[in-house]
Amino acid sequence: MNRTHRRRLLGIALITGGLGIAALLSGLAFRKNLLFFFTPSQVAAGMAPPHSVFRMGGFVVPGTLRRQGLEATFNVAEGGHALPVSYHGLLPDLFKEGQGVVVKGRLDGSGGFTAEEVLAKHDENYQPPEVRHLRPDAGPVVSASKP
Amino acid sequence: MIPEAGLAALCLALALTLLQGTAGLLGAARHSAAWFAVAQRSAWLQTGLAMAAMAALALSFAQQDYSVRYVAAHASSALPLLYRLGAVWGGHEGSMLLWLTLLGCWSSVFALTMPRGPLSSAALGVLAVLSLGFLSYIIGVSNPFARLFPAPPDGSDLNPLLQDPGLIFHPPVLYMGYVGLAVPFALALAALLTSSRHGQPDISWAHLARPWNLMAWLWLGAGIAAGSYWAYYELGWGGWWFWDPVENASLMPWLIATALLHSLAVTQQRHMFGDWSVLLAIAGLALSLLGTFLVRSGVLTSVHAFAADPSRGIFILGLIAVMVGGALTIYAWRAHTLPRGRPLELLSRETLLLVNNVLLLAACAAVFLGTLYPLLMDVLHWGKISVGRPYFNAVFVPLLLPALILSGMASWTPWRGIPVRTWLRRARLPAAAALATGALVMLCGMPAVPFAAGLAAAIFTLILSGWSLLRHARQRLRPGLSYYGMQFAHMGLACFALGASVSGSFEVSEDVMLRPGGTMTLAGYTVRLQQVSQHTEKNHQALRAQVVFERHGHDVILVTEKRRYASGMVTTEAAIGWGLFRDLFVALGDDLGENGYSLHVAYKPLIRFIWGGAGLMIAGGALGFLGQRRARVRLAHEAPAKVAA
Repeated sequence: MNRTHRRRLLGIALITGGLGIAALLSGLAFRKNLLFFFTPSQVAAGMAPPHSVFRMGGFVVPGTLRRQGLEATFNVAEGGHALPVSYHGLLPDLFKEGQGVVVKGRLDGSGGFTAEEVLAKHDENYQPPEVRHLRPDAGPVVSASKP
Repeated sequence: MIPEAGLAALCLALALTLLQGTAGLLGAARHSAAWFAVAQRSAWLQTGLAMAAMAALALSFAQQDYSVRYVAAHASSALPLLYRLGAVWGGHEGSMLLWLTLLGCWSSVFALTMPRGPLSSAALGVLAVLSLGFLSYIIGVSNPFARLFPAPPDGSDLNPLLQDPGLIFHPPVLYMGYVGLAVPFALALAALLTSSRHGQPDISWAHLARPWNLMAWLWLGAGIAAGSYWAYYELGWGGWWFWDPVENASLMPWLIATALLHSLAVTQQRHMFGDWSVLLAIAGLALSLLGTFLVRSGVLTSVHAFAADPSRGIFILGLIAVMVGGALTIYAWRAHTLPRGRPLELLSRETLLLVNNVLLLAACAAVFLGTLYPLLMDVLHWGKISVGRPYFNAVFVPLLLPALILSGMASWTPWRGIPVRTWLRRARLPAAAALATGALVMLCGMPAVPFAAGLAAAIFTLILSGWSLLRHARQRLRPGLSYYGMQFAHMGLACFALGASVSGSFEVSEDVMLRPGGTMTLAGYTVRLQQVSQHTEKNHQALRAQVVFERHGHDVILVTEKRRYASGMVTTEAAIGWGLFRDLFVALGDDLGENGYSLHVAYKPLIRFIWGGAGLMIAGGALGFLGQRRARVRLAHEAPAKVAA
């Protein structure tokens, strides 16, 4: 094995080593940070993880929104099941009763859901992607999203 | 009649594109200047026709011709003229037309400035194939001039979020970048098609492609930075990057263009990485087509709605498959004619650039995985997942920090290698300074390891680049504009890293409820809600809050609004008190009753460095572009002299 071969091997080793480490990192980070999405009826069926963070989507049940300062509670329903959600903070601009919402958080162990993030529609015509298909009569998709 | 004229112009452009493609490829095969001239002229004419189509669409908007479906869907009589014109590319059909027109502009400038010869001729042919794909897409499935019967009396207005001056100019800038990557792609393919098996391996395509790739990289970077700034001041909650698929779609081609920028330098200077550069050029265009597909096919909004009416998406996917598949086939067939690699020295600029390329490619692959895997899961009904910020941060930071350190090392590492001992002697002090800063930050009990590492890497690069600039100035070396461009771009990257890590680690933000006159404290500031008032404007109701940030007797008064539009749309107008070293941020939430209002307040140190760094990178790129042009002009002047000698 001469000098040229050694150098070439070194280059190959650098590339494969680098890519290997990168793949390992991505794989680990990917598995650790995957967020699954469930609907209230799937949660009721026990499909959601009991202790870890996930996303849940449905519709805000009219008449259930209560606000006490920055504390907000509301029920999210879909497929005949509803789940009480509690949240501390500012609700998004287009958060409304009767409309689609996606909440990120975890189950509180007593039948409720504690949200750390609430996502609502971006505008009148846009529904969070996960909620859109739940109700086929939702409005037309706005064709001008942020390019 | 105007819309029909627009469509006719597009049909005529289609014929000219066919001519441009045939003439370009024939010109390359027969080394014929006459065919090249035909290709050149049809490229110009075709671009003129695409512009005429754009003008026809703009005129339809200006005249409020609501019998055109696209106009009816994206404008209304209440919309000011400026936004009506911006709506030309505010929707799907119009933005594809913009793509085509910009591709024509790039092709025309290319046809105008490139030296005639088989390489340019073949590249014009490849560009024509791309134009052909987009033209048939527009005429076939995405006609912006389609009529609507009966014509509605008024249109359904432009999305209020898009009614922002910044957003009118954002898509063209970003598209210039996307489309610009077509030129290095065309040159790479042209090099494969025209290189001869027995002749001397030719790297002139790399010479020619460098400034084009740099220009595309500039536009793409400017578009991404502007989009991130828009998200920061307009979307409301003060974030500047959301790892949203739409953002990722523009980041991926940028990462590849950055890698290509560096690998083309090696190809040009050292006649190495030839294959690699060709593959990167192909990947760059593939990802910009993929970005177009992601943003424009509706697949992100709902995979299932997309699956129900996939004609447009399938067309773009088909276009990607044809372009990339065809390019890779040509590569497999002709790659043996490219210059072969040479051995690398352990510590040389070539090696550093190789590692840089690996890192950028890995980063791009990580973004690709995080963006497309959730879509794939959804399509296959394996469940709905999302990967958010934690994933991207966990992958991106460890990949890009080494790239940042490398960028500092590059200016001290010459081509062809340098003894490790000499190099260590040079890097001793900056490395020590950087390590000391990192250690100090850790000792002070500052938060996370990534932050300390980011800070240390940024300081290392800033010192090395700055020092190198100083040394050149002191020794009266005249290294040329490209050198300054490189240093500025690297320092810009370091500033960006500084801004991102400091603002990420030291930002303080809080959601609070305040009554008028009430106060809170945040990062040493006393925040007081001065007053809240209701206003009626032309097309919306505004709830307006005046908030005062006070520290050491200095007041910063910010006014934030919650707007309710007649259409039912609600937007938050956040207020930002900006400074070089910190931004103060406040956004008004809701009226919570009993005279209480919710507010989101934040203190963001060094956040301006993010866009300042991006600006420095863009300025560096512009200098590099000028330097490359100057070098080429000099080369052209010297060439005849050499022949005479």
